[in-house]
Amino acid sequence: MEITPDSIVYWQAGPIKISATLVFTWLVMALMVLASWLVTRRLTTDTTLSRGQNLLESIVEGIQEQIRDVTEQDPDRFLPFIGTLFLFIATCNVLTIVPGFHPPTGSLSTTAALALCVFVAVPVYGIATHGFFKYLKSYLSPSPFMLPMNVLGELTRTVALAIRLFGNIMSGSMIGAILLAVAPLFFPILMDALGLLIGLIQAYIFSILSLVFIASATRAHEEQQHVEASTANEEIYG
Amino acid sequence: MDSVELIGMISIIMAGATVGIGAPITAIGEGWAVSRAMSALAQQPDAAPVITRAMFIGVALVESSAIYCFVVSMILIFANPFWNEILAIAGGQ
Repeated sequence: MEITPDSIVYWQAGPIKISATLVFTWLVMALMVLASWLVTRRLTTDTTLSRGQNLLESIVEGIQEQIRDVTEQDPDRFLPFIGTLFLFIATCNVLTIVPGFHPPTGSLSTTAALALCVFVAVPVYGIATHGFFKYLKSYLSPSPFMLPMNVLGELTRTVALAIRLFGNIMSGSMIGAILLAVAPLFFPILMDALGLLIGLIQAYIFSILSLVFIASATRAHEEQQHVEASTANEEIYG
Repeated sequence: MDSVELIGMISIIMAGATVGIGAPITAIGEGWAVSRAMSALAQQPDAAPVITRAMFIGVALVESSAIYCFVVSMILIFANPFWNEILAIAGGQ
């Protein structure tokens, strides 16, 4: 029994391996690109929509809505990154029910790569909003003594993101495999259905958490300005 | 008792103990979080989306400690470095 699809190797030449993780990641990417291409090549602004356009529009609208609720900022800045994360993870997790499919998110290398993307995106968005030095100064708040804690927090939450997704998806496929050996008739189906729910929730959690991290990097300063502005107002009107 | 048996026995016992101790404590914490969220929902049904989202995020954060325990116990069972080491030594002889 394998705990990760990394250990299933299809083809190997020296140090270069084509593992199941790689194959299924490319498969999911190809599937998503193909589906989006099929839908978006005949977009209309008519009142009658094709089913696919309707689906994609409601997905994008839903993601925009969630981003607006969480960050209270313009969602279009975050939509490409967060939307990609959510759609990729959700597709991987939902396709778990297809027999023979090994979800790439059940491998620590995929989830670590996704978490590293978030790790890089947080300072990128923060610097793009505040500028380099103002962003670095946010590590010194509330006091310079908190600098090690802030840096440590940045690292541990990245590790936590990766392990959380990996553990949840891996446990799903592991429970399925164990139950197949113990009670092969109905229970694996039930646990697979539960795995679908868990997979979607984990995709949601991963993207919401990365959104919260990014939003906290971009927001910190605006709140200070807001407080200053409100005190200024009080001085004027008080 | 030689070292192969010792390593196997302790690994299996600890794999069970890791989940057995880690999961219930996490479950208690999650239960508290959900029960608080439910009572907040009962008092303010209008704020349902905000409360539900905050609850999901909090529960997922708490959940990760149980997931760590699970990952550690899976490593102990399926990818135990000490077990592989002892097998390699035994195979070499």
